[in-house]
Amino acid sequence: MTAPTIDSATFEELKATTGAEFAMELVGTFLEEAPGMLNDLRTALGASDADTFRRAAHSLKSNGNTFGALTFAAQARALELAGLHSVKAGGTGPLDELDAEFARVAAALAALRYA
Amino acid sequence: MRDRLTTPARLLVVDDNKVNRLLLTRSLELQGHTVASAENGRVALEMLHRDDFDLMLLDMEMPEMDGFQVLEQLVGDLQLRDMPVIVTSSLEGIANVVRCIELGAEDYLPKPVNPVLLKARIGASLEKKRLRDQQKEFVRRFATPEVAQDLQKSGFSLGGKRVHAAVLFSDIRNFTALAESQAPEETIELLNTYYALMFDAITSHGGVVTTMMGDGLMAVFGAPFPLPHHSENAVRAAQEMIELIELFSHERIAIDKPALRIGIGIASGEMVAGYTGTNDRAAYTCIGDTVNIAARLEGHTKIFHRTILIDNATRLALGDRFAVEPLGPVPLKGKTETVEVFAVA
Repeated sequence: MTAPTIDSATFEELKATTGAEFAMELVGTFLEEAPGMLNDLRTALGASDADTFRRAAHSLKSNGNTFGALTFAAQARALELAGLHSVKAGGTGPLDELDAEFARVAAALAALRYA
Repeated sequence: MRDRLTTPARLLVVDDNKVNRLLLTRSLELQGHTVASAENGRVALEMLHRDDFDLMLLDMEMPEMDGFQVLEQLVGDLQLRDMPVIVTSSLEGIANVVRCIELGAEDYLPKPVNPVLLKARIGASLEKKRLRDQQKEFVRRFATPEVAQDLQKSGFSLGGKRVHAAVLFSDIRNFTALAESQAPEETIELLNTYYALMFDAITSHGGVVTTMMGDGLMAVFGAPFPLPHHSENAVRAAQEMIELIELFSHERIAIDKPALRIGIGIASGEMVAGYTGTNDRAAYTCIGDTVNIAARLEGHTKIFHRTILIDNATRLALGDRFAVEPLGPVPLKGKTETVEVFAVA
């Protein structure tokens, strides 16, 4: 069994504690901000900027957990823990996987948003 | 009665991530607080110095200035070091969490922050801050800003250190007769006005009132913090005290009350300054021969019919910037040798 892209219990709790309207606005903010952070990961990798790399991965992990995007968060966390140098040595595979997972998260969140 | 845990407070949310910032701000606003936010540590410190906040929620991973650097800055900042900080981060590794606590963070909440836990932690932190503020307020009211600051900086311990300073004693002439001629309520009111005027003159010249006893007071210039011209400051304060008392007396005469007169004695030199008493109740004071001389000089203002008497050390420190009149060597009670006494015009 594969984990759902968005854990519905987490997302429902977010809506319940902050209000449905606010939760939807927050989804919009995440969908605007996340591509920039994903891009930061690649730029930091190219520039060998370990701090920015770790920070971007950290932020993506944190946001993923907020919306219940648990697979996405776990992938970002793996990048944060591995650090720039090990990713550099192992290739950009994990970054491509994170991008692909983000596409699924964005689609799922967009569907929830306009549901 | 309002639940004290939900008493609205002014909070600062610091996080570089927009989603986190909005989410935390929202949760706190829903709890009734007023919330401002900053996107990195540098901006946060600017805001803390500009506005009053009751508590800060601080992320650690941030560009420009991260949370650790903010905590380090707060430790060394007398104004801000009591600001409660709750770290909200998804830090990896217990060592980082320990580092936050060691740097003075009050609490650590992992992200995503649970709203119920958040409310409880903020309530507890604000309550602790309220108690600390109350304590500081008591210290401020019953000590002096300088002593309060000294206590805050170096903590309380009985004992003293040697300092070079000037000591000033002052009291009201014929106070007993004055007090007997009027209702006690009127005397209290008179004393309150008198002390307000004297405190103003003393503190505006860098002095610290260490003791008030009836109609008399003792002040020190140069402790707990050194003053480059402590003797001169003490004499200038004394002159201002005399001027203020004269103004006050004019007002009293206008409403058919007797004039007020004070006598002041000042001595300069080495003394021991610090806290005496017990660990439960103590006072900041200065002790030593210089202090005894100042007290005796104040007593002698009655004999010499002068308002301000100083010792030779004070006169030497003044140079020729003040007109002084030598009154010769005077035997003082408790002193084997005579003391050169001067009157300040």
